[in-house]
Amino acid sequence: MDMTVNICGVELKNPLTTASGTFGFGHEYGEFFDLSMLGGIGVKGMTPHERLGNPAPRIAETPMGILNCVGLQNPGIDRFIEEQIPYLRQFDTKIIANVSGNTVEEYEGMVEKISAADVDLIELNISCPNVKCGGLAFGTRPDMVQEVVSAAKRKATRPLIVKLSPNVTDIAEIARAAVDAGADALSLINTLLGMRIDIEKRRPILSNVMGGLSGPAVFPVAVRMVYQVRKAVDVPIIGMGGIRTGRDIVEMLMAGADAVAIGTAMFADPLAPVKALDELTAWMDAHGVKSVRELSGAVEV
Amino acid sequence: MAIQEICAVRANEYLGSGLYRMVIKTEKIAASAACGQFVHLTCGEGNLLRRPISICDADSEAGTLTMLYEVKGDGTAWLAARRAGDKIDVLGPLGHGFDAAKLGARPVLLGGGIGVPPMLLTAKTCAKNSAAVTMIAGARTRDLVVLEPEFSDFDYTVCTDDGSYGVHGFVTDVLREKITGATGVAACGPKPMLKAIAAIAKEAGVPCQVSMEERMGCGIGACLVCACALSAKNGETRYGHVCKDGPVFDAEEVQW
Repeated sequence: MDMTVNICGVELKNPLTTASGTFGFGHEYGEFFDLSMLGGIGVKGMTPHERLGNPAPRIAETPMGILNCVGLQNPGIDRFIEEQIPYLRQFDTKIIANVSGNTVEEYEGMVEKISAADVDLIELNISCPNVKCGGLAFGTRPDMVQEVVSAAKRKATRPLIVKLSPNVTDIAEIARAAVDAGADALSLINTLLGMRIDIEKRRPILSNVMGGLSGPAVFPVAVRMVYQVRKAVDVPIIGMGGIRTGRDIVEMLMAGADAVAIGTAMFADPLAPVKALDELTAWMDAHGVKSVRELSGAVEV
Repeated sequence: MAIQEICAVRANEYLGSGLYRMVIKTEKIAASAACGQFVHLTCGEGNLLRRPISICDADSEAGTLTMLYEVKGDGTAWLAARRAGDKIDVLGPLGHGFDAAKLGARPVLLGGGIGVPPMLLTAKTCAKNSAAVTMIAGARTRDLVVLEPEFSDFDYTVCTDDGSYGVHGFVTDVLREKITGATGVAACGPKPMLKAIAAIAKEAGVPCQVSMEERMGCGIGACLVCACALSAKNGETRYGHVCKDGPVFDAEEVQW
């Protein structure tokens, strides 16, 4: 059975990666399973300097999901390159380095720096607020997407994946803007903006009032958006958002993804990636699917 | 090191007032569990996140783990419905617990409400190190007093907020009387209580360890949600994580 997929010339041994922000730098889940079994590892999102993140509470449970407002807590890109890449390189898997900034110049600097480091793929998080545009997220307007992606692309010497925010009216329009600006691949979806209130205290549960929704609750939204983006652009897509099982992977691939990422499901079960891969191969076996690539975009509408 | 184990429930006894005592059979986790650590339990299909529950007691010979918990929502209600023989998915032992050696020869332990249970294994661990343990337990009212027989081996005082049982008052009132000569203080309970205890210990010059609580995600340090504001060496704020760096922190380090 052929499980390999190709993302912009980088071959992943299987289509399963981990979603940035749910997996740290791999150390914790590495105690539960061999990280070499993953197609790729999406590491915690990095910024130019260390970020402390938001005060607690940073999480609220929702029906089959969670809201989080971690606030991009990370040690900064320099320490990632120095301390984490050597650790991750012990494993036979691809490193997907997630970077972001608050200005176009910061994005450029991040992409330049990470391109010079030993990583396989760069994932650009464009859901951050643009400080020069009143804090509006870069990823929510086609002109801003175009500006930040073309600037990043000029500095990128490794394949550039642009991670799309689902908090937009027309995801296909945003996807086209990213690809027109030079995105080599797209990943989606980032979290959906949400909010919960502690009714006894009459206060928001999250310290940041609002947060990003993830988990099985968002899966149908992610499948829909991957389907729409697949119809709009031709670049590889990494589908994510609520994936838990091997059947979910099949569904996301059928919607149009070339690879997938698992995230929140690991909080419930640290072995979720291992189980999902087993289920995927079992499903392919039962359905006579010889190559996982056959499943991409296989939905018949 | 954390282990994921499917464990059989041995007993799940209702103690009244929404409190339950669950005993599970778990060779691996019981054998390595230390005082102040916790386990992260799957609580049914409908609840995505696990629930962190402190370890009340661990018997490595019998291979059992005891947890005392309060039903607060859907997750703990699911847990309360388990019967002997049912299986539960347990992740543990997790976190950085109390350092019993550092508590010294005369430790004073304090628990408030559902913060009392983890102090039992702490007391036992200190006693094993030949320490003379003082335990001060606090509850809102008589019906919420737990583990009295288990603590009777120690110098034990119980107080209730409403005076319906034991000493009328807070654990801090008793601590002020008992802190002279103490070599260490360890506490688990509501944050205002821990803050008050930390202040008394600091004034008396006694090192103090506190077990903090925060809304938690993965339980192993990957998702970074259970942030606890700490003072870095340069005086600036840094966030530790209750699940991995804690739940027990040095009280001097915590930003109250």
